[in-house]
Amino acid sequence: MQRFANPTKFMSLADAILPWMIALAASLFAVGLYLAFFVAPADYQQGETVRIMFIHVPSAWLAMMGYSLIALSSIGSLIWRHPLADVAAKAALPIGASFTLLALVTGALWGKPMWGAYWVWDARLTSVLILFLLYIGLIALWQAIEDPSRAGRVAAILAIVGFVNVPIIKFSVDWWNTLHQGASVIRLDGPSIHPSILIPLLVMTAAFTTLYFVLVLIAMKTEILRRRVSALQSARAGGAQASAVAAE
Amino acid sequence: MSAMIDLGPHAAFILWAYGIAAGVLACLIGWIVADYRRQLRRLAQLEAAGITRRSSRIRARSKVTQA
Repeated sequence: MQRFANPTKFMSLADAILPWMIALAASLFAVGLYLAFFVAPADYQQGETVRIMFIHVPSAWLAMMGYSLIALSSIGSLIWRHPLADVAAKAALPIGASFTLLALVTGALWGKPMWGAYWVWDARLTSVLILFLLYIGLIALWQAIEDPSRAGRVAAILAIVGFVNVPIIKFSVDWWNTLHQGASVIRLDGPSIHPSILIPLLVMTAAFTTLYFVLVLIAMKTEILRRRVSALQSARAGGAQASAVAAE
Repeated sequence: MSAMIDLGPHAAFILWAYGIAAGVLACLIGWIVADYRRQLRRLAQLEAAGITRRSSRIRARSKVTQA
């Protein structure tokens, strides 16, 4: 792992694997959407609206997994000062925020026909909204503090504190009475969904997850380039200042 | 295998959900790729102006020494 701590080595590794990951994501989306619309049957209770699950569940999963990875990167950044850790934590923020937004919006569009309301202040929905606000807060924090190393430290502390919300989201449906249904895929006694719906859901989840990692890798490369540009601009400004002093 | 023919009375909700997901993901991908290209361009402009990273200068110097 330490071998890839070098940003230049990371850039070459990312360049090598990105084309394969993009091809994999595209193939998984093609198969997943075909299964979602042409193979999966309507649910006996929810009817055709069950098809919203194929985008809602992967988005919700990535919202939580993305935040967990940010918290993990923040630990790496604070404790081990891993050179890529705060690059990863910063790069993953807008991507995680987008998937959280998708989970909220697709959930609302699924909730209206099933529950009769786009939104209810139920524990699951409210905790996911808090997750979205945490993402936005962290993005704002990175934008507000000019020095990247200071911004990284402050954002890392907030990200780690905010991680307490992730298990709350996961177990909210068990701890409180909620309108939102309980876990139906990751359960001790196995998934409670019929394979005809479970398989398209798993394929779509794999597609979303691959896309997530493609975007995180590109965003990390961008952040490394941004820091190089910033360092060169500082060097140029320093050089110009030195020339001005010498001319005087 | 059942063909997709009718999304039922809630078709609008399903289509809106997929439409918004496609829109959000397209915007996210577009923004990330555009930002990446912008940084590449800025770095190339600085390097073209003779402002290079220390590691690039060391690499260039070692090539000259080897030659």
